[in-house]
Amino acid sequence: MKYQPLADISPYLPQWAEISRIQKLTESERLFEMHLADGEPLGHKPGQFIELSLLGIGEAPISISSPPGVENSFELAVRKVGNLTSAMHRLKVGDRVGIRGPFGTHFPVDETQGKDILFVAGGIGLVPLRSFIKFVLEHRRDYGEVTILFGARNPSEQLFLDELEDWRRRDDLRYLESVDRPDPNWTGHVGVITTLFPYIHVDPSKTYCVVVGPPVMYRFVIVEAKAKGIPDTHIFLSLERRMKCGLGKCGHCQINHLYVCQDGPVFRYSDIFDLEEAL
Amino acid sequence: MALQIIEKSDLAFFVQNLMDHFQLEGVQSKGQSVYGQAFFYGTIRSPAELCLDFDCTVMPPKKYFLPPQEALFRFQTGPSPACFECRPNKPLVIFGIHPYDLKAISQMDRVFAAGTPDPHYLARREATILIGIDPTHVAPRSFWASMEAAVVSSGFDLMMTDLGANYIVETGSEKGKALLGDYAKVRPATSDEVRQRVSQRSHIADMGQKRGLTFPKREIPILLQHSLTSPLWEENATKCLSCGTCNLVCPTCYCFDVWDDMELNLTQGQRLRRWDGCLLSDFARVATGENFRGTRTSRYRHRFYRKGQYLFFGILDDVACVGCGRCAAFCLPDIADPVEVFNRLKEKLN
Repeated sequence: MKYQPLADISPYLPQWAEISRIQKLTESERLFEMHLADGEPLGHKPGQFIELSLLGIGEAPISISSPPGVENSFELAVRKVGNLTSAMHRLKVGDRVGIRGPFGTHFPVDETQGKDILFVAGGIGLVPLRSFIKFVLEHRRDYGEVTILFGARNPSEQLFLDELEDWRRRDDLRYLESVDRPDPNWTGHVGVITTLFPYIHVDPSKTYCVVVGPPVMYRFVIVEAKAKGIPDTHIFLSLERRMKCGLGKCGHCQINHLYVCQDGPVFRYSDIFDLEEAL
Repeated sequence: MALQIIEKSDLAFFVQNLMDHFQLEGVQSKGQSVYGQAFFYGTIRSPAELCLDFDCTVMPPKKYFLPPQEALFRFQTGPSPACFECRPNKPLVIFGIHPYDLKAISQMDRVFAAGTPDPHYLARREATILIGIDPTHVAPRSFWASMEAAVVSSGFDLMMTDLGANYIVETGSEKGKALLGDYAKVRPATSDEVRQRVSQRSHIADMGQKRGLTFPKREIPILLQHSLTSPLWEENATKCLSCGTCNLVCPTCYCFDVWDDMELNLTQGQRLRRWDGCLLSDFARVATGENFRGTRTSRYRHRFYRKGQYLFFGILDDVACVGCGRCAAFCLPDIADPVEVFNRLKEKLN
């Protein structure tokens, strides 16, 4: 009798990645730079995610925060919030972690070429969005006007401070930031992220809006984007869901007939606006 | 291959032979329970244990392909961490699967082969021989006839029908043909017996019509299209215990959780997957606390939509309910019955 052998490499088996740099971003977030142990590039596109394994602890989906680079390293920014991410915060440079992926859809890096882009990031939504922002800034001449809106709950939750400082100074992009709850040193804008919209001007005929933030943020930001005249087909967002397999099987990330791990996490708003459980 | 006959007196010979050469799994009786006589799939250790005139087993045979818990790989931690793949390939014969469960297995085959194939499911499936049997009894809550699962023409290696004096056997694959040739005493069926099979099967289909949908099954996806805001969801969901029994007993529920299990030595362990259920309250909860189906209504509704619409349009092109009625039989507040739900939605829509 003949039995079909397993595929040479099971899609559930992780490959190894080694941590080459750890940077504290805030009290609860750290940036991990790593590279695959076999030296190969991860081969991701901005907006995709990986399943990160710590043997004995488990596995969790983590978005990739860096654009594909000339070097084969990639960056994950991780908030300490659950079992796996807490264990991750105890890792040191040189430690190995398991990686599966990259999985999912990516931001519209090609479709937006030559167009204006309005990036809207709320809190750690900046982590996945950063992969696209950095990609655009690395290929700055391929894109039109760039506007970045970043909202955080309070100043201490702002991430990537060096990069924010760079964005503030650059004259080839417009960067506006806001916090909900200022501290005494905060001199900037106060309010939820939608209160930044009156300060921006967009040309709706050639602007794409790319939004990543906490679930509650999407509805409100999309209303503002539409009010600016940006069509639904030019609004992109990245959705968070529970995921276990990354292969469209385990069922956890399902939104109606879509699997966020395969059909997402990056969605075009016009594709999901009428889905009951999407937003 | 032409239809074959196994005399009832020769069944024990066939079963004994299979036991001698394979791990043989089949339906056994557990005796009386509060639900009536309870049947289950288990290892057959003597031909007398095998029961072929059951109405419906408590659990479907999905455990043979998607075990309640299985290792995806083993690993060791420490200075030189490593993963070791687990390759399930234990040959198995399952004796006595009703058409609706065969249909469910065919659907699961498509689900696990779609996109990135799942090597664990497919390896188990490939190593298994399925012997189907047409039902002689209908469970009180079954409605498989209206789910077009009274009779199947594929998805088995052998398919048996009880003709009273003997079993008439259809061969569905080379594996089935070999099984029959190597381990059973058979003779070709006479044309009378072939006709008897046809009438027995139409009798079975009639038997299965006792309860069922009041409308054709293919209308379910469209019905659901118009039922998203039906008050029925909340009305029923207020009684839901979020226990996940409907998921547990369903032959087409296959969602799973993945977690790591460490040995006591804390250096070795395994990554396991185990059954999960979309009716359980934490199913769609993420680490930050956000629960994307946080209400019982949303979870209850999700299951019907997944069966009736999402998988239909996504992978199967068919409704992922085969009408076994297990969810209806075992739901404590009795809100899980698809016949009740779909018929009531249809009524309200008309």
